[in-house]
Amino acid sequence: MKAFTQLHGLVCAMDRANVDTDAIIPKQFLKSIKRSGFGPNLFDEWRYLDHGEPGMDNSQRPLNPDFELNLPRYAGAQILLARDNFGCGSSREHAPWAIEDFGFRALIAPSFADIFFNNCFKNGLLPIVQPAEVVDQLFRETQEAEGYRLHIDLAAQTITTPSGQVFSFDITEHRKACLLNGWDEIGLTLRHADEIRAFEDKRKQEQPWLFA
Amino acid sequence: MSSKTLYDKLWESHIVRQEADGTCLIYIDRHLVHEVTSPQAFEGLKLAGRQLWRKSSIVSTADHNTPTNEWDKGIQDPISRTQVETLDANIREFGALAYYPFKNINQGIVHVIGPEHGATLPGMTVVCGDSHTSTHGAFAALAHGIGTSEVEHVMATQTLVAKKSKAMLVRVDGELGFGVTAKDVALAIIGKIGTAGGTGYAIEFGGSAIRGLSMEGRMTLCNMAIEGGARAGMVAFDEKTAEYLQGREFAPKGEQWDKAVAYWNTLKSDEGAQFDAVVELDASEIAPQVTWGTSPEQVLPVTAVVPNPADQADPVKQASYTRALQYMGLEADTPITDIPVDKVFIGSCTNSRIEDLRAAAKVVKGRKKADNVKLVLIVPGSGLVKRQAEEEGLDKIFIDAGFEWREPGCSMCLAMNADRLEPGERCASTSNRNFEGRQGQGGRTHLVSPEMAAAAAIAGHFVDIRSFA
Repeated sequence: MKAFTQLHGLVCAMDRANVDTDAIIPKQFLKSIKRSGFGPNLFDEWRYLDHGEPGMDNSQRPLNPDFELNLPRYAGAQILLARDNFGCGSSREHAPWAIEDFGFRALIAPSFADIFFNNCFKNGLLPIVQPAEVVDQLFRETQEAEGYRLHIDLAAQTITTPSGQVFSFDITEHRKACLLNGWDEIGLTLRHADEIRAFEDKRKQEQPWLFA
Repeated sequence: MSSKTLYDKLWESHIVRQEADGTCLIYIDRHLVHEVTSPQAFEGLKLAGRQLWRKSSIVSTADHNTPTNEWDKGIQDPISRTQVETLDANIREFGALAYYPFKNINQGIVHVIGPEHGATLPGMTVVCGDSHTSTHGAFAALAHGIGTSEVEHVMATQTLVAKKSKAMLVRVDGELGFGVTAKDVALAIIGKIGTAGGTGYAIEFGGSAIRGLSMEGRMTLCNMAIEGGARAGMVAFDEKTAEYLQGREFAPKGEQWDKAVAYWNTLKSDEGAQFDAVVELDASEIAPQVTWGTSPEQVLPVTAVVPNPADQADPVKQASYTRALQYMGLEADTPITDIPVDKVFIGSCTNSRIEDLRAAAKVVKGRKKADNVKLVLIVPGSGLVKRQAEEEGLDKIFIDAGFEWREPGCSMCLAMNADRLEPGERCASTSNRNFEGRQGQGGRTHLVSPEMAAAAAIAGHFVDIRSFA
């Protein structure tokens, strides 16, 4: 996994609540057996004017000029500013894969859906929860100033605005360490293989029917 | 010893180790695997040279991509076919307790077949790369959806890295009225708490109305916990749970059964257990529900009218109402019962069990599909449900009404196979999500119970099942 330490990135504001993972990456693209290449189909139904299917040359498709990601001012954005309950619905990890593949590294919203939030951390993406009034302020500032960038420092757990205002954010120590170091979580867990085996043996004794 | 919630008990009995920040390693008993969210996980194992930690924890099937008709022709879409064949190959290479491939009599929607075979048992942790894994919580199990990285993690380590959620009790007391189902209870709860109301929580459904539900009804309810934002929903163990499980393939037998039931009887919240949040509903006040928008929280009783965005004070909500009405092609203040439907879908992991099909058939018997309804799809949840329904003659009732009787699978719940809505088509659907494009790009979904869907197919528009004679 790609490590995440600091980011000084352009912000793209997406002003709608309850953005679901079906919208982030529509079902037809879930047929892939690969983990990469989902970026061109991120928000496919909102981003293009035609109907997208796997295997199409996306560079030839008509873009929806009103959709946030297509606005020239947001080209190259690395931070997605969103509203409540971002990533709700399906557990598809293809959603964070598509967001990461597109070029985003961090997301800021008043709330995220649990499974999506969790999936982000497995892919070097940092989802940050901020109070609604802070998100409102960031929306205002992003919409008012073209080229609006935020500085995110994971070690310090801070977001800094262009005017120098600093907001702090929460993250568990475990997730922070994994992101900062780009650790493979399976490798980390397997260091405790003896404990897992001991737990399993005890469970087999107590509830043998679970191991039939 | 202090009083514990059911969730406390399930969580604590699976902790392998705990870090100082509260992050735990949680042991996983059952891993359900389907074709869409597993190929990258198997690929990850192969690349790292890892094996399955315990292959007997895995129960697998292909359900999302499989067609629901013309099985003799196989899977027409080559990309779908590759995904299903990839699962076949991966299970062949890595193994599983049980695998029900495409066309097998036991094949079906993963959340229907787990309980059907007794592969979901009380006290288990159950995971799957699918958000509707919450369904299995109906058996007093801790069950929730995970992403593909976690699928790989469970395959390689039999554990998940997780932090405990908060606990919410949703208590529904009283008696459900005639024509009001578990689906209506689920939608009414989501209407009350919102789609993010359960975020960060595990929900236990309790109260006399929940105890009164069948296991099928409890599965429908827990299935939709995720639509209220909660990864996990659960119901305490009782004699109905035991009755459902006894004699099923992977359920314990003989002396083991007695021992298991003795333990399972402890799987309920203790008297006086503390929840972080409590939500209460009066069952007698719940009417049949119909969603009108593009989020499951945009739901109303069938007797209501489509809301007016101008009545919403919050600007974000007002904008989302306006956008939803535009997408749904609806005018504010239209009575719900005036909304016509083009297609009807009865199926999905929410409502495709035998009880759902019986309820729909009861409404349909001796009647015909309305002329304005182009297609009514009845998609049983599994091969076993299909066979049972055919033994009871339900298929005849549907076919006589002009409905299509299909093979099992996820079908038009998410339209990964050929079953889908065309742009602008309006559907009464027993599935779980009315998101934009969910059932096909531009398609318009209204979530309802099987009875309400069946009645809409006959009438050609939504009707109040309570007065549909």
